[in-house]
Amino acid sequence: MIDFSEEEIERYSRHILLKEVGGTGQAKLRAASVLVVGAGGLGSPLLLYLAGAGVGRIGIIDDDRVELSNLQRQIAHRTEMVGKAKALSAAAAAGALNPGVVIEPHVERLDAGNALELIGRYDIICDGSDNFATRFLLSDACFLTCRTLISAAVLRFEGQLSVFKPHADKEAPCYRCLYPEPPPPELVPNCSEAGVLGAVTGVMGTLQATEVLKEILGIGESLSGRLLIWDALATRMRVVRLRRDSACRLCGPMGEIHDLAAHVRRKAPLRVA
Amino acid sequence: MRDTLELTLNGESQTLEPPLSVAGLLGRLGIESRKVAVERNLEIVPRSLYAETWLATGDQLEIVHFIGGG
Repeated sequence: MIDFSEEEIERYSRHILLKEVGGTGQAKLRAASVLVVGAGGLGSPLLLYLAGAGVGRIGIIDDDRVELSNLQRQIAHRTEMVGKAKALSAAAAAGALNPGVVIEPHVERLDAGNALELIGRYDIICDGSDNFATRFLLSDACFLTCRTLISAAVLRFEGQLSVFKPHADKEAPCYRCLYPEPPPPELVPNCSEAGVLGAVTGVMGTLQATEVLKEILGIGESLSGRLLIWDALATRMRVVRLRRDSACRLCGPMGEIHDLAAHVRRKAPLRVA
Repeated sequence: MRDTLELTLNGESQTLEPPLSVAGLLGRLGIESRKVAVERNLEIVPRSLYAETWLATGDQLEIVHFIGGG
């Protein structure tokens, strides 16, 4: 029998009631570990829902500090946390929601030097970052460490979400099968340049959390091999097929990326966000 | 043999001159391929196949913007 305390049984009772979750599923959540990259608009609801759901160990990495302009969408932070490290602020919010899970804040920037070691400490990795350098670093690091990557992105009124686990299935695509290379920086703006509707980040971060829970529980239909695209202005959500690209530089048979050397930062890094 | 290509692009009907590949379409629209993904009949076209993926009448195409905000 699974050893839940009375308090845990009450806390997770609405999960346990679901036949797809039950006590067995709740035990899987407790045994799982997830790394959330970015404590921003996506990371806020993502982290809170994972903590609320009872995911046993959750890492949150971010090297930024809370700014007033974040609070329109980054709802894990509070006004009095402006100026504080985001990873610590978000960890405090998640810990207050559920003191029964372990929250590990990492106040640092994910880079080629720490990525493999950090990612290796978690089962599932979530991309809620705000820049392409981190997104491609995560893509490659997750492939190299055989970690499932659940990746969401937002801009203006639009969101995209997919699950990448090329290690689990030879048909399954990786992030580079969708986007082979980072776009030239001048061609694609970020949220601080182009704006984003706060609630859009909330929806996408919550969808991302749902896919994380599905992957841990092994229920439903995985979003691996599919891309969800949401246009909030048109109120149109569609899911399209995403196949592995046989010419992919990362997961294809001629794959040429075998380490993170291409991600080593130069002395004066160009910050995208 | 048809001499026009009738397809739906971002929800709107378009009549274009064949033959036209995905790469040719992006060129004609003036879209830089590195900042988009292309969806054809509910499937993402791998970027490595843009030049050899020929469009056909009835195709439903969507230009998906490459976004990376969080």
